Amino acid sequence: MTKKITPILLLFAAFAFLSSCHTNKKEATSKVTYQCPMKCEGEVTYDKKGSCPICKMDLQPIKTKTKDNKEISDLSIYNLPSVWTNQDNQEIELKELKGNILVMVMIYTTCQAACPRLVADMRAIEREIPENKKSKVKLVLVSIDPETDTPERLNKFAIENKMDSDQWIFLRGSEADTREFAAVLAVNYKKISPMDFSHSNIISVFNQQGELVHQKEGLGVDLKKAVDKILELVD
Amino acid sequence: MGFLAKIVFLLVATIAANTAQAQDGMVEIKGGTYIPLYGIDSTTVTITDFSMDVYPVTNAEYLEFVKAYPTWQKSKVKRLFADGNYLVDWEDDLSYGKSLTDDAPITNVSWFAAKNYCECQGKRLPTIDEWEYVAMADEISTDARTKVSYNQKILDWYEAPKSFNKKIGSTFKNYWGVYDLHGLVWEWTIDFNSVLISGESRKDVDKDSNLFCGSAAVGATDLMNYAAFMRYAFRGSMKARYSVKNLGFRCAKDSSKKLKNKP
Repeated sequence: MTKKITPILLLFAAFAFLSSCHTNKKEATSKVTYQCPMKCEGEVTYDKKGSCPICKMDLQPIKTKTKDNKEISDLSIYNLPSVWTNQDNQEIELKELKGNILVMVMIYTTCQAACPRLVADMRAIEREIPENKKSKVKLVLVSIDPETDTPERLNKFAIENKMDSDQWIFLRGSEADTREFAAVLAVNYKKISPMDFSHSNIISVFNQQGELVHQKEGLGVDLKKAVDKILELVD
Repeated sequence: MGFLAKIVFLLVATIAANTAQAQDGMVEIKGGTYIPLYGIDSTTVTITDFSMDVYPVTNAEYLEFVKAYPTWQKSKVKRLFADGNYLVDWEDDLSYGKSLTDDAPITNVSWFAAKNYCECQGKRLPTIDEWEYVAMADEISTDARTKVSYNQKILDWYEAPKSFNKKIGSTFKNYWGVYDLHGLVWEWTIDFNSVLISGESRKDVDKDSNLFCGSAAVGATDLMNYAAFMRYAFRGSMKARYSVKNLGFRCAKDSSKKLKNKP
């Protein structure tokens, strides 16, 4: 009985997540606190509007930071709520990658044209990272063809291309989340036939807080800038 | 689904289209096939039945949205989801001030904001193919793209200044009962980032000066291509964070009445 129920519950959970409106619950529940702009009373705060008992200036609202948002800025990709599946068929949220330097590219595994070169670029980048720093960098390949690129297929692709160490992460998500993620990376793509996509060739580097720090656009472009940026971040 | 069935389906769709009724501000759009301008690998596109908002989303409606979902207020929106021009003309978080009118279309909203607005209404943004499909209709026919007068009207609008401050419903009602697809503002589509004007890789992305690259269409021979090219080029030049003065949106929804013999 439970066996039957679990997948249904999972489906439900997934659906609830997908259909959620991404409202920020923290925002709704967090209280506004006020403080004298001159800090006459040091760090004393009030929970109502009013004026400072000492200098009589109007109290100013102060932004209270909730724990979750403490380290990620407005520009961090960890603001994205989407859930992905990796090549080991595990569910993963982007923010679980926080603290790593991310090198990201969007590809699809059946691609004959540009993707092999993008993959080669990713491997070239990986080779440039010193052995003792490797653990701080994750190389992430996101599928633009989630229908074809099942976790099994991604796993096979990883092994075939010798990208099966811990550093490599392959992700697939829903079509909508993929479209949104591409929008964040400024990657354009279009399905041009049942098997093929045309897409922009962009490799993006994100810092430990998930902010975009570098993009390499086009094929056959020098990788040095991207590598330099990564090495700068590792140190 | 067989070829014959498809033809029958199309015929029925065309006949039934005239009887569609407006529901909660939306009208039913009967599906069909057509050849859009893009792309290069041009094939016919099949549109399945869906609903579309009759009007673009207005300032007043958007105000209600940001009241209900404070994360999308001007000062609170995350920079990942909207650039500095987001609601730039609004006086503050909960007022759009006097320069903007209640029933003018909302503009200066990013793709993320537009997408989220629609999701919060239980809707979604239309796809490019859906939008173009509805927008190729004039008052009396589903596909007016070959009519010179129709294309001239669109191009005249592209040249007209400040049309974003006109009221919704001030342009013509098309065959489907949809207003303002041409004449007020450009509109976001869910897959705006599927336009790859220059093929595999785009160039000069670091320079955002290529916002309007219509000049590249000089080689285009007829007006029909020119107007559509402008739209595709505009989409191709956008990024999801951009909030632009003449760019608004409307929502769409999958048809509630699913046809049994859908392909």
